[in-house]
Amino acid sequence: MKIKNIIITFVSAIAILLSTSVVSFSKVVGDKIVLGAAVSLTGKYSSNGVHTQNGYNMAVDRINSMGGIKVGGKTYKFEIIYYDDESNPKRAAQLAERLISQDGVEFMLGPYSSGLTKAMAPVTEKYGVPMVEANGASRSLFTKGYKYLFAVLAPANLYLDVAIRTAVELNGGKGVRIAQAFEQDAFSQDVRLGILDAAKDTGSEIVIDDKLPKELNDMAATLAKVKAVKPDVLVVSGHTKGALTAIRQIAEMKVDVPMLAMTHCDAAKLSKQHGKNSQYALCASQWHKTLTYKDKWFKDGMTYDADFTKMFGYAPPYQAAESSAALLVFKDAFERANSFDQKKVRDALAATDMQTFYGNIKFAPGGQNVSKPMVLFQVMCDSSGKCENKVVAPLKWASAELIHPIPKWSER
Amino acid sequence: MDLLIFQAPILMVQASMDGILLGILFALIAYGMALQWGVMNIINIAQGDLVILGGYIAYFMYLYGIHPAWGVIVSPIIMYFVGIGIYKLVINKVVDRDLFISILATFGISILFMQLMNFAFGADVVLANSGYGTTMLLDNSVTLPNSKIFAAIISIVFAIGLVIYMKKSKLGRAIRATAQNARAAKILGVDTEKVYAATFGINAALCGVAGALISITFTIHPYMGLPYTIRSFMIVIVAGLGNLPGVALSGMGLGVFEEFADYILGTEFRIGSVFLLLVLILVYRRFKLSKKREYLK
Repeated sequence: MKIKNIIITFVSAIAILLSTSVVSFSKVVGDKIVLGAAVSLTGKYSSNGVHTQNGYNMAVDRINSMGGIKVGGKTYKFEIIYYDDESNPKRAAQLAERLISQDGVEFMLGPYSSGLTKAMAPVTEKYGVPMVEANGASRSLFTKGYKYLFAVLAPANLYLDVAIRTAVELNGGKGVRIAQAFEQDAFSQDVRLGILDAAKDTGSEIVIDDKLPKELNDMAATLAKVKAVKPDVLVVSGHTKGALTAIRQIAEMKVDVPMLAMTHCDAAKLSKQHGKNSQYALCASQWHKTLTYKDKWFKDGMTYDADFTKMFGYAPPYQAAESSAALLVFKDAFERANSFDQKKVRDALAATDMQTFYGNIKFAPGGQNVSKPMVLFQVMCDSSGKCENKVVAPLKWASAELIHPIPKWSER
Repeated sequence: MDLLIFQAPILMVQASMDGILLGILFALIAYGMALQWGVMNIINIAQGDLVILGGYIAYFMYLYGIHPAWGVIVSPIIMYFVGIGIYKLVINKVVDRDLFISILATFGISILFMQLMNFAFGADVVLANSGYGTTMLLDNSVTLPNSKIFAAIISIVFAIGLVIYMKKSKLGRAIRATAQNARAAKILGVDTEKVYAATFGINAALCGVAGALISITFTIHPYMGLPYTIRSFMIVIVAGLGNLPGVALSGMGLGVFEEFADYILGTEFRIGSVFLLLVLILVYRRFKLSKKREYLK
C-alpha cells in the first residue's frame, strides 16, 4: 500500500513537471504572441497595479480586434500571462525569473512602480528579454546601461521641472525662491534632483529643502517654515499620502504661497477627497485626456477616456494610459523587426519613433522616453464646488489659463 | 536654514503647540498599550493596525454622510468587540507564555489585519474631513487646526474617563489587581480570563477612538499602522508601565522634542532623533539599574 502511494506520488510529480515544461517552449504559440507581466494585484500598490493591468488589457483587446500584429506575412494576436507580485520587489524578481525560465516568455511588460521595475530589470537583462515598462520613472533605471529596458514614460526628474520653469517665466525670467519637501524614497528623491537641476539652470534659490519620512503623516513643521520664509513656489512630492497631507495641512494652517506644485494628485483623487481646498494646486502628470496626440488604435485622449470608462467603469488615470501605450510600442516594434528574434525586436524597440494617443515615443540610449514632455494641470473649482483638472502647461497643450499667484486664504 | 527657529522665535510657539497636540493623541494609543502590557504582559505589535481599523470605521461613516466626529463614539464600541474577538481567538493562547511568543503572535495579527484591510478597503490613502476650520493665535502667526485641538480634547476626556473607571468600577479594580499579581487575584476570586478579555477589548476601544481622530487629522492607509505601534511603544518605554501621568507627559514631551528636532536638525533627522533619545533613555535606565544592583549586593 505504502509503496503504491510512493509510486503514484512519484509518477504524478513527473507528470506535473512534464506538463509544465511542455508549455515552456518559445512564446509565440500558434497565432499568439505571449507577453509576461507581474503586476501588483494585492499589497500596497494594488490600486495602481490594477490600473496597470486594465491599461494592458484594454490595449490587447483593441489591437487584437483591429487585426492584430503582422509579422512575416502572418497575423498574430497578443496574450498576456499575469502574476501577482504582491507589491513586493523580491517577489517581482522571482516572478520575472519564473516567467522567463518556466513559462518561456520572451517578451515582458513592466510592473507598477519604480521599485518593482528596478527589481525585475536585472533579470530581464540577464536573459536578454526585451521589457517595455510604463510605470517605472526613477532616473536610476536609465543610468545602469540596461539594453533591454524601455520606458514609455518621462523620467522622474522631469516631473516638476515644468513647474519651476513656468514660475521663472512668470517672474519675468528671474530666478524664484523655492521651498521643497520630498519623501525619502527613490522616486520622490529623483523628482527632487530634477528640481535642483532646474533651479541651477534658472538661477533659482532653494530656501527650504525638507526630506519627509516614509511614514509621512504630518508636515506641519515644514509648512510652518514655509509660512515664515514666504517662498515663490512650494513643491511637494510624497506619493498619494504626501499630496493628501499637504493639501489638508496647507488649508488648515492657511499657508499662502503663490504657486503649489505636486505629484500624484491624480492617484490621490485630490479634488474628490479635498474639494475646494485642493483648488489651484498644480499637478504633474504623464498624460491628460485633453492632449491632442493621436493614433489609429485609440484615436485620441478623449476617446480613450470614454472607451476605458465604458470598459472598466471609471475614468482612466495616467497609469492606465501609459500601460496601454506600452502595448502599442510592442506591436510597432514587432512589425518593424518583422521577426520574433529577441535581439531584432530589441533593436526595433530602440529605433521606435511614433505617436500614440498617450504621446510621442522615442527612446534615449538609456531607455527612457525623451520625446514626451510632462504636463501640468491645475485643479480648478467652480462656485458650486465642483472641481476639475485643467491642463495649464506647457502652453502648447493648455486648455485653461494658469491662475497665478494663488489667491490668499483670507480672500477665498 | 537650521537656525530659522531662532530667527523667528514665534516658530517655537508653533512647534510646541503642534508637538503637544500630537503628543496627546499618541499618548492615548500608548496608554492602551501600557495597560495591556502591564496587565497581560503582552506587547501588542498590532496596536497600530487596530488604530487604522478604527480610522476606517470613522471614514466609512463619513462616506455615508455621517460626521466623522461621531466615529469617536461608534468606533470604540465596534473595536471593543473586535478586541474581545482577537483575544478569544489568539491572545488567550499566548497570554501566559513568554514575551517573545506574544510578540510573534501579535506580529502575525498585524500582518493579517493589514492584508485584510487592504483587501476590504483597497490600497488608496483616504481621509475624512471634519470641516472644523482653524484657530489663529498671536496675530495669525500661529495656526492650530481645530481638528487637532478636538483630537487632543477627546483624548484627554477618554483618558480621564478611563482613570476614573479603573479606580471606581469593579472591573477596574479587578484589572488593577490582576496587573499587580495575577495569581493572588485569581485566588481571591477574580476571573482573570474575563479581566484579560476586557483589558484587550478596552485597549482596542482606545485604538478605535485614536483611529477616528487620526482619520480627521491625518490620513488612513492599510499599511500605515506600524509607525503608530512604534510611537506608542516608545512612549511607554520612556514613561514606564503603570504610570498614566507619565504616559501623557512622555507623549507630549516626545511630540515637542520631535518638532524641535525637525526645525533644528532638519526633517530627515526627525524620526532618527526620537530613536536616539530612546536609546539614550534605555542606556540611562540600565545604568541606574545596575547601580541599584550593586547597592543590593
